[in-house]
This record gives sequence, structure tokens and C-alpha cells, in this order.
Amino acid sequence: MSATQTRHPGLNLGSNHQSADDRAETEVFGFWVFMMSDAILFGLLMATYVVMRPNTNGGPGPHDLFELKSIFIETMLLLASSVAIGFSHLALKHEDRPTKMVIWLVVAMALALAFVGFEIHDFLKMAGKGGVPQASGFLSAFFALVPLHGLHVSAACLWGLAILGQLARYGLDDGVKVSMVRLAVLWHFLDLVWIGIFSLVYIGGLA
Amino acid sequence: MTDWGFPFGRLTLDAIPLSDIVTAHGRTELLSGITGSAAAGAAVLGALVALVIVTWKGWWKPLWSDWLTSVDHKKIGIMYIVFSFVMLARALAEAFVMRMQQVVGHDGGGIVMPEHFAQLFSTHGTIMIFFMAMPFLTGMINYVMPLQIGARDVAFPVLNSVSLMLTVAGGIILMVSLVLEPFSTGGWSGYPPYTEAAFNPGAGPDYWIWAVTLSSLGTTFTGINFAVTIYKKRCPGMTLMRMPLFTWTALCTSILMIFAMPPLTIATALLALDRYLDFHLFTNGGGGNMMNYANLFWLFGHPEVYILILPAFGVWSEVFSTFSGKTLYGYTALVIATMAIAVLSFTVWVHHFFTMGQSANLNAAFGIATMLIGVPTGVKIYDWMLTMYRGRVRISVPMLYALAFLFLFTIGGLSGILLANPTIDYQTHNTLFLVAHFHNMLIPGLLFGMIAGYTMWFPKAFGFRLDEKWGYRAAWCWIFGFMGAFFPLYALGLMGMPRRMADYFTGAWLPWTVVALAGAGLIVLAFTFLLVQLRVSVRDRARLAVPVGDPWDGRSLEWGLPAPPPEWNFPALPRVEGRDAFATLKMTGEDLGPPDDGYEDIRMPKNAVLGPVIGALGTGLAFALTWYLWWLALPLAALVPVVLIAQGFRRDTEKVIPAHEVRETWRAFRALAARTPRVSRRAEYTRDNRGHAIPMPQEAAE
Amino acid sequence: MRAAALRWPLPFETSMACAACLASAQAAQADSFLDAAGPVAAAQVSHLRLILILMAIVVVPVFAATPWLVRRYRYGRARGDYRPEWKFSLLFEVLAWGVPFLVVIVLGTILWERTHQLDPYLPVAEAKAPPVVIDVIGYDWKWLFIYPEQGVASVGEMAFPADRPVKLNLTSDTVMQSLLIPRLGSQIYAMKGMRTQLNLAADGPGRFEGRNTQYNGKGFSAQSFTAVAMRPGDFESWVAQARAQGLPFDEKARAALEHKGTKLDLRHALGMPDGTVVHFAAAPTALFDKIAGMKETGE
Repeated sequence: MSATQTRHPGLNLGSNHQSADDRAETEVFGFWVFMMSDAILFGLLMATYVVMRPNTNGGPGPHDLFELKSIFIETMLLLASSVAIGFSHLALKHEDRPTKMVIWLVVAMALALAFVGFEIHDFLKMAGKGGVPQASGFLSAFFALVPLHGLHVSAACLWGLAILGQLARYGLDDGVKVSMVRLAVLWHFLDLVWIGIFSLVYIGGLA
Repeated sequence: MTDWGFPFGRLTLDAIPLSDIVTAHGRTELLSGITGSAAAGAAVLGALVALVIVTWKGWWKPLWSDWLTSVDHKKIGIMYIVFSFVMLARALAEAFVMRMQQVVGHDGGGIVMPEHFAQLFSTHGTIMIFFMAMPFLTGMINYVMPLQIGARDVAFPVLNSVSLMLTVAGGIILMVSLVLEPFSTGGWSGYPPYTEAAFNPGAGPDYWIWAVTLSSLGTTFTGINFAVTIYKKRCPGMTLMRMPLFTWTALCTSILMIFAMPPLTIATALLALDRYLDFHLFTNGGGGNMMNYANLFWLFGHPEVYILILPAFGVWSEVFSTFSGKTLYGYTALVIATMAIAVLSFTVWVHHFFTMGQSANLNAAFGIATMLIGVPTGVKIYDWMLTMYRGRVRISVPMLYALAFLFLFTIGGLSGILLANPTIDYQTHNTLFLVAHFHNMLIPGLLFGMIAGYTMWFPKAFGFRLDEKWGYRAAWCWIFGFMGAFFPLYALGLMGMPRRMADYFTGAWLPWTVVALAGAGLIVLAFTFLLVQLRVSVRDRARLAVPVGDPWDGRSLEWGLPAPPPEWNFPALPRVEGRDAFATLKMTGEDLGPPDDGYEDIRMPKNAVLGPVIGALGTGLAFALTWYLWWLALPLAALVPVVLIAQGFRRDTEKVIPAHEVRETWRAFRALAARTPRVSRRAEYTRDNRGHAIPMPQEAAE
Repeated sequence: MRAAALRWPLPFETSMACAACLASAQAAQADSFLDAAGPVAAAQVSHLRLILILMAIVVVPVFAATPWLVRRYRYGRARGDYRPEWKFSLLFEVLAWGVPFLVVIVLGTILWERTHQLDPYLPVAEAKAPPVVIDVIGYDWKWLFIYPEQGVASVGEMAFPADRPVKLNLTSDTVMQSLLIPRLGSQIYAMKGMRTQLNLAADGPGRFEGRNTQYNGKGFSAQSFTAVAMRPGDFESWVAQARAQGLPFDEKARAALEHKGTKLDLRHALGMPDGTVVHFAAAPTALFDKIAGMKETGE
């Protein structure tokens, strides 16, 4: 409706965002609600992991499989990518032209992909030591949880690509703006989930 | 060499029910094969007849462009309800066969084999919960809620269509399982390790997993959609505490959907990992933990019960208030009670497995939490009774259901309190007592509520009432059919008869199963009467027409619109000053139209193909995964993100309805109203009722 | 609208009354816990009665007041006043919340106490003698009862001396099952890799039907057994007979048990004539421990 009634905090400082504002109000809120539902998903998988953690079935356990060094690198990559997406979002909010937004988005995606790469490398290494999901309840729970996060990160990158495609096709229109705000929400959410995984699965597993 | 499962995967001729007849040894196997083949034949025939009719009448184009791709919440709501009726017909037939089997199977044998019987109770439960009850209430909310809050559509119309099509996809998978057997034998709750590959390697549990997964995804999106709609799309002045009670229950149900569906998604997904990739999450060996499944499933399953019942409570609130000609008693208390039930529903899941060997402390705590839900539920019952107090009660068809509900639901509540006690549950768990209890909650509570709502809002959606004579007949059959079918099960449960039993040798059970069969027969008759009612009403639609749209002297905004309402619902967003918005408006003789210069262009979402496409992909993917058709599953799975990305590139998504068109439509409607005589409630069920009501207080004052 | 509409409470109440009468009349023939034959089931029945009486406080008003309301405020022949805007009364509000809440408090207190009293893991309170321990393994679709102290085992028959309580340790070699002997008392799940417990007792000698109540496949209906409470002397001779004439618990017996089949199929596999009970002259306790694994539930 009116411009003053609903100014979306994610969009309200740049040049004319008004029509995007109206959409952002419902769409970003809806996305938050979706994230809430997704959070339950991850929460339950984490709970399942905690329940299954002792069930190593005579196979390798956390101490045999987890390497904190590469987990640390992954964490740093993901956090850095989150900072990058933050800059990208800020550029959307403050800049008239999308150049900076695009650059930071690409940086974020590159860092996230590096994260996924490291993660795959870790999984392969685990498999080499007999740490396959079929080996035990513990590993089943691990592989139900951690790769799902990686899958989310990959999907977020794919979405980023799609947004870049839309940008190329339509310019910085309402659709691109609102998608960008939602993508940022997803990105930070995945960070939070990773922090949960890091503390619960890795640190908790090694403790 | 990778096996791509080309072309038929693990599908063989055995999957066709006719093969059971060919290989049958003995009478029961033969009868079982015939029953299964007849059911499959009916499904195929039904589909063929539908195809032929649609082709014959040239309905493909209108079906596609007016319905399947429509994102209008009203049409989506109607499609949900049509779908739920189809599924109800099947699940009801299955229930009848099961009742029959428990009569003729008292000395062993009977008409269906034990494993066939197990498929029947599994599909019956799965359908009734996921593909009858859920679509019914989702359809009802879809149709009514946006109208009640003064909105033109839901927050995400395309997502709404996707939700519908995902649900329908699950239903199609269930129908396919009738033709290409077998379905799961693990019941609607699909407990592992029984449903693990080690014990059930066949396609059955996979059908169940994918059908339920599709439905749970659809329902999660529905929950998000409804919740955001209610939070963000209310018209000016429609504060939360002014919303009609049905909208309140819709909100609570949506919140439950958002939080309670993920546990189900997780449970089925993890079971799928076990079955497809040899994970050890719920397996007997390898460090699996089946108790975790019970927890996950009931973490969904118990809130689910309230997802089902709350919208019906909302309908009851509307019914008692409307047909007592009075404002609702204890609005605030009812809102608090609804919220309390929603919150408490997450704290009771362990009562589904008191017998798993937990400590007495844990069982007692969950038992007490369960009994606590009885308090807000009791408050609701009393508040509905108090709504009749000092009112003018008309025993219309919905009200007949409502009064039966008060009695029967109270009995169901009583048996629920019994079951909440672990000591009693130790005896009644897994018996027909439990089966009687939850049917006692779901039929008089949910289903009666949905049928009452269907009867009440049907004239709003189609412009004519449902024939009342057949309505009463159906209602009486439902009521007595329910009592006949389920009160004997209480007795049988107390007599130690387990649920899910195909044959038995205890003679004392037989008389009760005979009574239950008779009750089931009455229910089948009741359903038939509903169909007859629909047929008769369509035929007599001129006699039953209520174009002015307020046949029951309604109280909330939707009754101020024409019947059926225009696509854009409201000529201008209403401005609401209090509760019972339309009742207030009526008393002052006003309508929902804006001042003469107040008409504006209305932007409405255009049709979208995303829903049907996702539905088709979901159906195909579920089928391919069930039968190991990897060559098909892979490309279909890859198409999903492609389709979603393509949707992101859509820009031209809205159409504009010009202000003058809105003005003309509304003026025509007001002119019609002006020349239609207003009727008193005495004439409610006569052809004088054209939907222009004299408000009850005015009538009483005259 | 219709005259018929007013008749409705009557048939309903009649049918309820009939159901209640018939339930108690028939209960003796089918093995029902209402016809309790042991202290646990007796306590369950008394708890059931208590709840029904207390719940009458909240249920009876609904049954009594609803017909009254409909009669008094019926459109067209109403006798009561009409107050369309009446929507709140503090008194009614307090009653509507308060009474159910008080009832739940009372019921909750009783629930807490009874749940602890009847905890299936605790020895039966009324019992004076030490319990007979029976290890129970659920197979598809039969139960194996192992008597570690007596050194015997049986399928389809759970014998015990009527003057002693029984302590069942349960596990399952297959999917989840649930063991219930209605006239004696509670049921509990049996799960692979886990050991659950159930304590029961009988008032005196008798034969009681027991079964699995958790659906586990096509032989589910046939997975029943008889719990026989015997006079002490009879139990001794039952044990002696099982020792003397029972089958050896060898690989063949084990394979036959693990094979999916009912107890009838088991008899055929072991070459026993129809109508006999399969007894083993050994107690395979190691087998129970292996299947039950190390985990225990609920401590």
C-alpha cells in the first residue's frame, strides 16, 4: 500500500525500492517462516545424531574419523562466505548499481563452493578409513545430517547463479532484489546450522 | 555395470492383482485375489470413465486453464475438497471390507488374506489421515480463511497450487498401488524394523514412504502459506482478536503444520535411507535404534491430531454461533484454549508408546500432560453450549452434526482420558479400544465438522444450498453409523481384541463385529446420501439458489459477498471495526462496497503451470523410486531444480482487473440484493431463501 | 426443522447402556481384564472405575445441559430470553476452566501414584513369594519362554506356580512385538537388542490367554499362548516332565524357531504331533542374552 507503512529493513535505503518493499514484506517473512521449519529439520537430525552417537557398532568412532584442522578450515570458509554475502546484501541496500553486489555474491559463492569441496574431501577420507554410513548407526546419523547441510549450501550457490541469471536478463528489478534478500537469510541460516554441527557433531563427538 | 532398472525395474507381472487369482490356493486366497482385482479394476475403470467424460465433453481446456493451473484460493480449496471426497470413497470401501473380514474371519479364513488385510488397514489409515482429512481441512481453510480476513488471495498463490499438486501426487501414488501391488503392510505409522528392508524388502513400504513424503512437503508449504497469509494479509482493522474463530484455528493449525511436519519428513527420509542405502538408523542390527523412529513419528503424529481437529473446532464455533443467532460465547477463552491445545500438543507424544519400557516418572509426566489437554478442550465444549444459551437455536443440518458432536466427542474425550493413564493404557494399547477412541475423536470431531462446514459454505462457493432433506438423512446415517461401527469396538477392546487382526477364534467377539459391520454399512449409506444430495442439489439448483450470498444470516465477512464470490473477492479491501464484522454491517444496512469513487484497479496473480508440473514430477519420481526405475528417477530429480529456477525467471505474473469492471460487477450484485426480498430464519430451508437474510436480532425485535 | 430432530438423544443413550451391559456380560467369555485374575489387572479395573466416576463430574453436565439448552432456546418455540450480544459470564468462565482443571489435578495425582504403583518393572506389590523368572523371546510368530532356574523352555505355553509372581524379561529376535495377558495385567514391548521387563501375578490357578498385540506380519493372529497358573506341585511336575520328555535345544530347534512361522509350523518342523506343546529340556539363556544385547531400556 503506502510507501511509509511498510518499509522493509533489508531494502529501504537505496534508490526507489518501494514496489519491492511491498513484496519483500510478505516474501521475506514467509521465507523466515520456512527457515524456521528447516531449523526443526536440522534440530531433529542433530538430536538423532546425539542419540546415535554411542552406536558405533564396533566400527570407527569420531576420534578415528574427525580431523579438526580441516573442519576449522571449512568453518572459516563458510564464515567468510557469510561475510561476503553480507557485503553483497549491503551493496544491494546502499548502491544504485548492482556491480558491487554481484562481485560480493560471486566471492561468497566461491568460498561456499570451496567449503563444499573441502567437505567432500573429508567425506572421502572418512570413507577411506571405513567411515561409511552403512558401517554403524553413528555414521548413519552423521551422514544423514552433515551432507544435508552441504546440500543446502550447494543449493544456495545454485540459487545465487539463478539470481545472477535473472540480473543479466531483467536488470536489478523487484524479483532480483527480493530474491537477494531471501538468499542472504538462507546463507546466514546455514551458517548457524554449521555452528550447531561444528559444536555438536565435531567438538561434541571428540569431547 | 550399473543397473539402471531399464525398463521395468523390479516391476513384474506379480504386481498386478489378477496374478493373485491365478496363483490362488484355496478359497480365501481366491476371494482375496478377487477383492484386490475388483478394487484395482474399479480404480482403473474410474480413471478411464473420468478421462472419457472429460474428452467427450471437451473439458480438457477449461480443466487445465480454469482449474489445474488456477492459483485462485477458492478454486484450489474446491479442488482439495473434491480430491478428499474421492479418497474418502476409497478408504471407506476399505473400511467396509475390513469390517466384513472381521465378521467372516472369526473361524479363520474369510474374504481377504492376512497380508491383504494388512494392506487395507495401512492404506485406510494413510488415506484417511493424509489424503482425506488433511486435504478436506486444507481445502476448507483455503476457501474460507482469506474471505474471513478480507484478503484477495493467500500470501503465496503459486505455492498454494504446488501444495495441492504435491498432495494429489501422493494420492495418485496410493491409487497406483491399488493396481500395481503391494502397498505397505506396516500400518499408517510404518514402524520399523518391520518396515525395514530386512523384513519387508518389497515395494510396499516404499510406496508408503513416498506418498507420505509428498503429502508432508505439501502440508509444510501449506502451513507456511496460511500462517503468512493470516499475519500479513488481513484487511485494515482486522486485528488478531477480531478474527473469526475459524481463522484462529486455521492459524494454530498452520503453526502446527510448520513445526510438526518436519519430524515426519525426517522419519520417512531416514527410513528411506535405511531401505535404499543400507543406513542403520532404525534397523535391528548395525547400531540402529527403532525407538528413535517412534519418537520422531509421534513428535509429528500427536500435533497432527490437533492439526486435524482444530479447524473442525473452528467450524463448530461458526456453526454454534450462526445457528444460535448469537455472538460466540467466550471468544477470548476459545482463542486461549485453541492456543493452549496447540502448545500442549507438542508435549504429549510419549503417550503413544507408554509400553516401550520407559520409567514410571516419564510415563506419568506425559500422562498428566495428556490429561491437561482435556482442560482447554472441555472449555471449548462448555463455551459452545453457552453460545446456545440465550440464543435461538435452529437445528439445521450443520447444527445437527454439531449437537451430535457435543455428545459423541465428549465420550471420545472420556476414553481419551482413560488412555492417558499409563496403567489403563497397558491394557488397552494396541487393542480396538484405542481404534474406537481415535475414530471417536476423528469422525464426530473432524469429519462431522468438515461435513458441517461443507454444508454451511457450499452455497457460498456455488450459489445454491445443498438439499436439506438428503442432508438430514446423511447426517442421521453418519451419527448412527458411527455409533454402530465404533461403540462395539470399545467393548471389543476391553475384551482384549487387538487391532489389525484378520482372523480369530474367540466366539465372544463375533456379535460385536457383526454390529460394527452394520454400523459401517450405515456409514457407507451416509456417504452415498451425501453423493445423492450433491446430485439432487445440482439438479434443483434453481430452487436452492442463494445468489445474494447470505443464506444462514452469517456473521463474518464472507457472507457479505455474492455467491459465488468474484475472483477478486472484495471490491475494495474492507475496513473492519470489530468482531462479527458482517453481522454488524447488516444491522446498519450497509454492504462491503466502497464509496462510489473508491473503486481501484485490482491486481490478481495469473495462472501458473508450476503446480501441475511439480505434481507430475513428484508422482513420476515417487513411482520410479518405488519400483527402482533409476533411469527415470534420475532425470526427473534433475528436472525439479530446473523447473524451480525457471519459475524464478517468470516476471509477467499478474493481471489487472480494471476498476470499472469491479464497479459494474459489484453494482449488479447490489441491485440484485435490493430487489431480492429479505427472509426470516423461519424460511431458511424454503425456496424463499435467496440468501438475503434479516438479521436475527431484527427479526426477534419485530 | 424436523420433528425427528428432537428424538435424537434417546437411541443414543440406549445404545450406550446396551453396550455397557453387554460388555460386562460377555467379558467372562473373552479374556478381558475386566474379569481380573491377578492383582495388576484388578488394580487396573479399580483405576478405570475411579476415572469413570470422577469424569462424570465434567461429562454429565454436557449430557444433561445440551438437551435442556436446545429445548429451551429452540428457534420458533423458545421459552428463554434472547440476548444476541451476551458473550461473557465470569461465573461460567471460572466453572468452565476451574472444574475440569480440578478434576485433572485429582486425576493427575491418582495417575502419578498408580503409574508408579503399577510400574511393570517393579515386583508385584501384593506378592509374598519371590518371583519365577522367565526370559521371553519373541519370534515371528510365536513366543519362546525360557526358565533359567528350572532349566527348561517352552513355546505356546507359559506355566508358572500360582502362588508365586512372575518376572518376565522380554526381547525379540525379529521386529517389535508386545506381550499382553489381559486377565493378569500390563503389556510391554519386546525389541531386538533390548531387554524390557514385566511383572505379573495370578490370584490362583487358571488358564489365561496371552498374545502379541503389535502387528508383525501374516502370522500375527496366530501368535497367542496360554499362561497357566498351576498349583505348586503341578508346576514341579510340569518342569520335571519338560526336563524328561522335552526336545533338546539344538541347532535344528533354533533354526525352526527363527524360521518365519506360527507355533503350528514349529511343531511340524520339529516333528511333534498336533495339539501338543513344544517343550525343551534346556534353557538357552545365553541365546536370550545375545539377542537382548547389552542395552536395557528405562532405568
